[in-house]
Amino acid sequence: MAVVFKRPHALKDVSLPYCPGCSHGIIHRLVAEVIDELGVEGEAIGVSSVGCTYNNYLFFNCDMAQAAHGRAPAVATGIKRVHPDHVVFTYQGDGDLAAIGTAEIVHAAARGEKITTIFVNNAIYGMTSGQMAPTTLLGQVTQTTPYGRKPELHGYPIKVCEMLSTLEGAAFVERVSVHDIKNIMNAKKAIKKAFQTQLDKKGFSIVEVLSTCPTNWGLEPVEAIQWLQENMLPAYPLGNFKDKDMEV
Amino acid sequence: MGEKLLMKGNEVIAEAALRAGCRYYFGYPITPQTEIAHYMAKMMPKVNGTFIQAESEVAAINMVYGAASAGARVMTSSSSPGISLKQEGISYASCAELPAVIVNIVRCGPGLGGILPSQGDYFQAVKGGGHGDYKLVVLAPYSVQELYELTVEAFNIADRYRVLAMIMGDGTLGQMMEAVEFRDKEETPDFKKDWALTGTGMNREHNVVTSIYIKPEELEAHNIKLQKKYEQIALNETRVEVYNCDDADIIVAAYGSVARIVKNVIKMAQKEGIKVGLIRPITLWPFPSKAFEKYAQVPKAFLTVELSAGQMVEDVRLAVNGKNNVHFYGRMGGMLPTQKEILDRIKQILK
Amino acid sequence: MAKVIFYEERCKGCRLCTTVCPKKIVEMDTDKLNLKGFHPAGVRDMDMCTGCAFCATICPDCAIEVER
Repeated sequence: MAVVFKRPHALKDVSLPYCPGCSHGIIHRLVAEVIDELGVEGEAIGVSSVGCTYNNYLFFNCDMAQAAHGRAPAVATGIKRVHPDHVVFTYQGDGDLAAIGTAEIVHAAARGEKITTIFVNNAIYGMTSGQMAPTTLLGQVTQTTPYGRKPELHGYPIKVCEMLSTLEGAAFVERVSVHDIKNIMNAKKAIKKAFQTQLDKKGFSIVEVLSTCPTNWGLEPVEAIQWLQENMLPAYPLGNFKDKDMEV
Repeated sequence: MGEKLLMKGNEVIAEAALRAGCRYYFGYPITPQTEIAHYMAKMMPKVNGTFIQAESEVAAINMVYGAASAGARVMTSSSSPGISLKQEGISYASCAELPAVIVNIVRCGPGLGGILPSQGDYFQAVKGGGHGDYKLVVLAPYSVQELYELTVEAFNIADRYRVLAMIMGDGTLGQMMEAVEFRDKEETPDFKKDWALTGTGMNREHNVVTSIYIKPEELEAHNIKLQKKYEQIALNETRVEVYNCDDADIIVAAYGSVARIVKNVIKMAQKEGIKVGLIRPITLWPFPSKAFEKYAQVPKAFLTVELSAGQMVEDVRLAVNGKNNVHFYGRMGGMLPTQKEILDRIKQILK
Repeated sequence: MAKVIFYEERCKGCRLCTTVCPKKIVEMDTDKLNLKGFHPAGVRDMDMCTGCAFCATICPDCAIEVER
């Protein structure tokens, strides 16, 4: 019998430190599968950010840098400019990208920096145990919105894909999810397309991946999937927001 | 030596970087150093290099972090408020042992302050403006020629020790024009960077550039390694000019453009029979303590002159170690001391 | 015929694999605990497995390998 599913080579054979049922593990695998399928592990250079995945430089077999909170797109810019023919990607969470790192992601996209950003949106700060993120939903209870997120106090969730898709430099912008098999397959396709956009030197590419955070949502992993479907999907519509391939 | 030109300080820094093989510059406009960015914007394309005007000084220092981790010679420049924004990135790059050159053309502060010259960033540069125990090699030129020499040297020191090197000038140096003589070619040693992020090529274990060691044993070991490196740098890279100090009545400690003024004061004082010496730190870190120790008991007193409320004076006092009096004279807000003011202060001390 | 290999020490007992198996043969083995203290997932009647790899696809920890 042939092996039809196993750990991708680009992902190190180590136990990942993420909570049971956390989507990060799936997304790490998808990124590694895409790196394998495109045959770019030898040239890829990844940039870890700050959050639950602050040390995911330990889990990818390609060269990796660890960036200060919010600054991964700038670090990736520096790396890409030195190695224009290498695949450079950042792996960031919603606090890292949409709070402290907003300027860096917006300007990397505006510059059409030929890097790929994997943006994991789980509507909360995981590593620091559950504070409000820019993507926390209205009414959502977190450590810093103990009575639920209220617009007049905490403002409104930021829709990153919609925002970045207005920028000329952004060549590929898609929001996906990994809450079920169909969507995981779809997410992988989008991640591959994003990396391909970079290889084809079309400009900046980003995939926003809706994800669960069972621990800080206070839910079992299977319930967290449910919560995502009922709450995050309506707030963050899936789909492609920019694909320069499609534009004539 | 080769070509001799009349050039503005800021532009000489950029030219020196290019001659040192720097092909990546990330900057942001801020008076009084923006000509560095203009020069890089014009010249980098000619040498197939990269110039980016970043969205902020924070982004710029993190682009430096990236380019340096990728193994390239890279520089950024700014002035005081911008350098404050870069402190976090400087701490990260120091921990990750990334080589790069950072230029601070100091302007008066605090706050938005003003745009005129100052030396008010001394503490930030030498004591560490960011978090944690780290050091930058801080080079303080006092002429346009030294802006060239020390910028080239900064790149070599950075690569030699995998450390950040800072060129600390001030508005005067950046804006003034002086003759500068360039060497035909820079002898850049071949620094092996097998630690750099260049892609594994599937033939080596992956490289990681990081500044976090979550296990305390590992982080302490890493800190000890950094401290040992700084000891080595202090041994090998300390630079100082000792001028006219043998049997001096008074020794002035000054660096950068203030030291230029002091050299004129020395001539004036000579005519009045007062022998004034000068100890001019060229590296602000590593601080040239030995020079002060050696001359500690020679003069009747020391006088430190700075464009600040008094910062380097503390290190002078530490080096003189109570063996003599160390006085201070400073101007702030962008005001420069006149030769007469300094001579009057000297006479007052020697009375 | 197909076969599923569970790296039991990698399993964190999140149960996601049990929710996607079309044949409903993936379940938590409540008779044992792995070193992390979780009941590891496993397949009861391997002969019913079609090798679709849904369980492996949703596993966040690469704890499942599939052969067909």
